[in-house]
Amino acid sequence: MPTWKPDPTFYPSPRLAVAAPPEKLAYVASFDPTRKQKDVLAVVDLEEGSASYGDIVGRVEMPMLGDELHHFGWNACSSCLCPNAPHPHVERRYLVVPGLRSSRIHILDIKPDPKSPKVVKVIEPEDLAKRAGYSRPHTVHCGPGGIYVTALGDAEGKGPGGVFVMDHESFEVLGRWEVDRGPQEFAYDMWWHLGHDTMVTSEWGTPDMFENGLVPELLLGAKYGRKLHFWDLQKRKHVQEIDFGAQQQLVFELRPAHDPTKAYGFVNCVLSLENLSSSIWTWYRDGDKWAVQKIIEIPAEPADPDQLPPALKDFKACPPLVTDIDLSVDDKHLYVSCWGTGDFLQYDVTDPLTPKQTGKLRIGGIVSRAGHPKAKGPLNGGPQMVELSRDGRRIYFTNSLYGAIDAQFYPDGIKGWMVKIDAKEGGGMAMDPGFFIDWPAGHLPHQIRLQGGDASSDSYCYP
Amino acid sequence: MQQTWWPWFALIGLGLYHGLNPAMGWLFAVALGLHRHSRLTVLMSLLPIAAGHALAVGTVAMLVIGAGLVIDHALIKTATGVLLIIWAIYHLFYRGRHRLRIGMQTGYAGLLAWSFLMAAGHGAGLMLLPVLMPLCLPAVPSLPDAGPSTPLLLAFAAVGLHTVTMLLVIGIVSILVYDWLGVGFLRTGWINLDLLWSIALLGTGILVFLI
Repeated sequence: MPTWKPDPTFYPSPRLAVAAPPEKLAYVASFDPTRKQKDVLAVVDLEEGSASYGDIVGRVEMPMLGDELHHFGWNACSSCLCPNAPHPHVERRYLVVPGLRSSRIHILDIKPDPKSPKVVKVIEPEDLAKRAGYSRPHTVHCGPGGIYVTALGDAEGKGPGGVFVMDHESFEVLGRWEVDRGPQEFAYDMWWHLGHDTMVTSEWGTPDMFENGLVPELLLGAKYGRKLHFWDLQKRKHVQEIDFGAQQQLVFELRPAHDPTKAYGFVNCVLSLENLSSSIWTWYRDGDKWAVQKIIEIPAEPADPDQLPPALKDFKACPPLVTDIDLSVDDKHLYVSCWGTGDFLQYDVTDPLTPKQTGKLRIGGIVSRAGHPKAKGPLNGGPQMVELSRDGRRIYFTNSLYGAIDAQFYPDGIKGWMVKIDAKEGGGMAMDPGFFIDWPAGHLPHQIRLQGGDASSDSYCYP
Repeated sequence: MQQTWWPWFALIGLGLYHGLNPAMGWLFAVALGLHRHSRLTVLMSLLPIAAGHALAVGTVAMLVIGAGLVIDHALIKTATGVLLIIWAIYHLFYRGRHRLRIGMQTGYAGLLAWSFLMAAGHGAGLMLLPVLMPLCLPAVPSLPDAGPSTPLLLAFAAVGLHTVTMLLVIGIVSILVYDWLGVGFLRTGWINLDLLWSIALLGTGILVFLI
């Protein structure tokens, strides 16, 4: 049913979104790495003062086994208010939840009972393959004129991966997005600068390169993704690629500035083959081209081989493994998850080329196994998928990366958890000692989405 | 007199209505102005937007005149009514299924094309048909003291009046939003004109059968 006024969770500009009310629920992708139980979308109560605050209050089972729920997103968000393709009366009502392994896409309706969403539609892998020629759906972004989803493999599970579009109300797969992919072969993340008619995509690898874990020979041979791709969002054509160089492997999470007039963003590179460091890069507009600059390098920490998993023993060092980053809606703070060392870092990126570190915490980690005030004993896994409230005051993260890779770096088996951090006004942060979700055994938590929108869900057309 | 003046008032009314709809262009002009930090951009953008709208509406007017020369007027009336009702239903169920073609980096030519496509796709010209028909199909009495009363001139006058009204409205609204209200106003102020639009198309279709 069409609504009379725009969805109240749509904000024309990031400036207005910062004033949004605090989130009351989080949705968390939760999967069984052994693929014996069905994956679940967990619902966490975040309403302060509620009796079940910080508890899992709902869980929605997927209909089939072996999905590997990973990333997911909304059918519609603030970009529906864009002036060139307005859809202001579509509701932010459905979660689009792909199985990265199964290639099945689940549509969950949160409106009747937000704590107990219902699976209302399933798009089968065959349908996706037939209509778009893709598989392994990953990043989901609500965008102008539809839902944009990256796919890491083609219909046969090989390369190239790419982007496809779904209708934001019927959820029909409309087809492959790219008209001309140029040299692009690998896919991973995708987002855009709506003010600059530009899409950006990053690279992991094809399904055979990650579904059984990272392949050491490929990694040491620099065969994984290491490029950024820039696209004309309107013409759907590849316009430029930037190669980070043969030393850099796994160019992952794309966090463009929320302000649509700003033409810069941040991306993490997981591993340098030179010294096992991770790095953060800023891409920016330089004349009529895009350029990148490495702005942060996070070094590996020397470690006793006995404390390292087999894959790392020879290196005698624990890599930071920065596998997720997130940018606050006001574009002032960048958060960095070091899944290897267990560090969680906050940078002031008001000047996007000269970041200043303003906060540091540690929890979990391959070597450190740092604990939490509310948890008993050491913790494993490390800061991973991070999500921020729209006002930038509350930060949540979980500790699993990807089933097959979790086992390579934490061979003792990750125990899932989710924590909350409080950001201080003007910089700095502190662990909320009262918030710790000991994830139910059998499943591991991955991406978090906050009800009503968060720092990585919405894009805006007005400054 | 009342009987012959009403189409002109209706054209002004529809200009007002089309102008107010953010999807018809003023919001795009405001956004471009905000991006380029320029009120002049807001105002300059309105010109190609109005021109694109006039082109879409004018095309429909020309089609009516053309059809009027060769097809029986009663048949045109029936066909128009049916077309409007079908369009209304299409608009209600398939609103906004078009793909994005013009982005925020567009120039004035892009804006003109965008406005033409938006007006044509929304059936803005079709909505004017009940007004255009009595003016452009010569069997129907037209303005008595308007001088040249050929259908072509009347059609130009009609499209011109509609467009000038629309241009005035989008000018006022866009400056109001750009300088005073701000885009936050959209959160509550952007009522579902698409729904009203479908109703308007449907009503117009029915009206065609009544006049």
